[in-house]
Amino acid sequence: MPNPLHIVVCAGTSPDPLQTLEPVTTPSGPGLKNELVLPAVLDPWAASALYEAAALVAKNPGSKLWLVSLGPKAKLQQVMMTVAQKVPFELVPIDGPIGGFPDAHSTAAALAEAIAALPGLDRTKLLLFGGWESATRGAGVTLQIVGEHLGITDQFQGVDQITLSDDGSFEVLERIEAGRHQVSVCAGTPAVLGWATGNLAEPRNNPQVGMANMRTIMPALQKAKPATLAPNGLSYVSVSLPKQQRTTRVEKNMSPDEISAELVAWIGAE
Amino acid sequence: MESILVLTHADETGSALTKASLEVITAGQVLAASLNAQLAIGIVAADPTHLSKSLPSARLLAVSGEAFVQPRYATDAAACEALCRTAAATIVLAPSSSRFARVAAGVAHRLGGVIDTHITSISGTTTIEATRWFYRQRVEAVLTRDARPWLLLLDAGTHAPFAGEPAKTPIEHVTVDLPAPRTTVTGIRAPKQDEQTIRPDAKLLFVTGAGWTKKQPDGQIHVAEASGLILGFLHQTGASLGSSKSLVDQGGEGNSVLPFLTHLNQIGQTGATPRHAKGLSTCCHGEEPHVVGWRFIADRRAISLDANCGWTRGKADVVYIADAFQVVAKLNDLLAAKKA
Repeated sequence: MPNPLHIVVCAGTSPDPLQTLEPVTTPSGPGLKNELVLPAVLDPWAASALYEAAALVAKNPGSKLWLVSLGPKAKLQQVMMTVAQKVPFELVPIDGPIGGFPDAHSTAAALAEAIAALPGLDRTKLLLFGGWESATRGAGVTLQIVGEHLGITDQFQGVDQITLSDDGSFEVLERIEAGRHQVSVCAGTPAVLGWATGNLAEPRNNPQVGMANMRTIMPALQKAKPATLAPNGLSYVSVSLPKQQRTTRVEKNMSPDEISAELVAWIGAE
Repeated sequence: MESILVLTHADETGSALTKASLEVITAGQVLAASLNAQLAIGIVAADPTHLSKSLPSARLLAVSGEAFVQPRYATDAAACEALCRTAAATIVLAPSSSRFARVAAGVAHRLGGVIDTHITSISGTTTIEATRWFYRQRVEAVLTRDARPWLLLLDAGTHAPFAGEPAKTPIEHVTVDLPAPRTTVTGIRAPKQDEQTIRPDAKLLFVTGAGWTKKQPDGQIHVAEASGLILGFLHQTGASLGSSKSLVDQGGEGNSVLPFLTHLNQIGQTGATPRHAKGLSTCCHGEEPHVVGWRFIADRRAISLDANCGWTRGKADVVYIADAFQVVAKLNDLLAAKKA
């Protein structure tokens, strides 16, 4: 029996993992050098959430998927050129600052306001998805606070799997310590799920999906509401790259016997 | 003047506080002493009576009952909120355990406060300064906040667990208004005991890279041999197993994979950044394992065929330019002989 779902995925952008990052001071606080021109990707764990959400929507006729993203319009447009080819969704852009240094509470408030205003959203059917931590701030707090703003008190973090039942309940696997999963059963929507990796591979690019998405994405980006994020008393004393540079001993001429003997001593040493 | 609350919770047996909780108690004591602030400790447990006997001198608050056996958002958030309101603390410290990481931000929101997580150190005598990493352990920042209450989740392994003289202070029980439960925890899913390769308390992290499943000098792939060598090493040393993203991802791309590896083993940008005394990486050729993944590894060595791998230079203490298949095979023999 189908269970129509209204899934909202919160996802930011982050610099491509291969980019070198250099912190700088900007008029609005700390940032990254050339941050606006660094190649960016959809935040990796949030991307997992998007792919899992699209799979759920495909399995449950009548479901709907929104992608809510806060960032500079130009950066969102660049990232959407790729993401839009992956799965069908409706983009809800919020024109705001980039990066991991703005306050998470203000970010969550802006996201919650946008979600609450979504036309056609039935909150009783709502699954609020996102990454359990971002690759920028990496705090794991934004999604929880968005959930609180929306009055959702069933929340799960580090999710790798959701299994829906015919009665509307669902089983969730959350990552816990020591490489294990906690298994929970929730009576039904609404709920918040902060995703880890999940089980799905990244979908292949589909130009037809991309064209269909871009028809709504471009007008949405043009109409994106601006958001100013208050610092909430947050100030940075210092922001820096780690200074520790090790003196690496490179051993090119040791035999496997010599290396293994040295490693045995190293492993056994306190 | 600041007042400090340390939030703690029982472990899965219910008979002791978690190690991470005891570490945060140490942090709370240090901070209270430096700020000359009052310290309170809050406990979330089914039965906190026996847990309180090992705690230091401080105001002890507890929520108790069967509802708090299971870690879940609705009950844990209500418990932490009640403890914070009763203590009326301006600073709340808690461990970054899966249990408290799930609820702490929601609690901060309910209290009208603010939160920062993954804190690695706290300093300051007049203002509090917290250190944490951004961009997946690539950029380090020291931050402070004016807003209160300020919740700070401390990463495990950043402080020594409390092991001082217990004060046997009586517990003040805090009542909690719980919503009707909609979520039930039905169990824990874990690999079988002999298949568990993630060991947070191990001294050594053994990192495997994609080179283990690449063609070897004979032109063939030797996944079975690689599996045997890696598992043999883990068995001999009790090391925890980490993996590069590229190796884990091979499973989803239909390539030959090491069957015991999952995304839970992954370290780096989209994986874990574990804390171990030593790390040995093998067949890794990238930034992820060498920079991000072992940010918190003290003593680092690598075995690689690539003498020019720029990611190991300046990041590892020793790099052996050698075939990991040969070295690990010899290593396993030596470790087995040593045990015998």
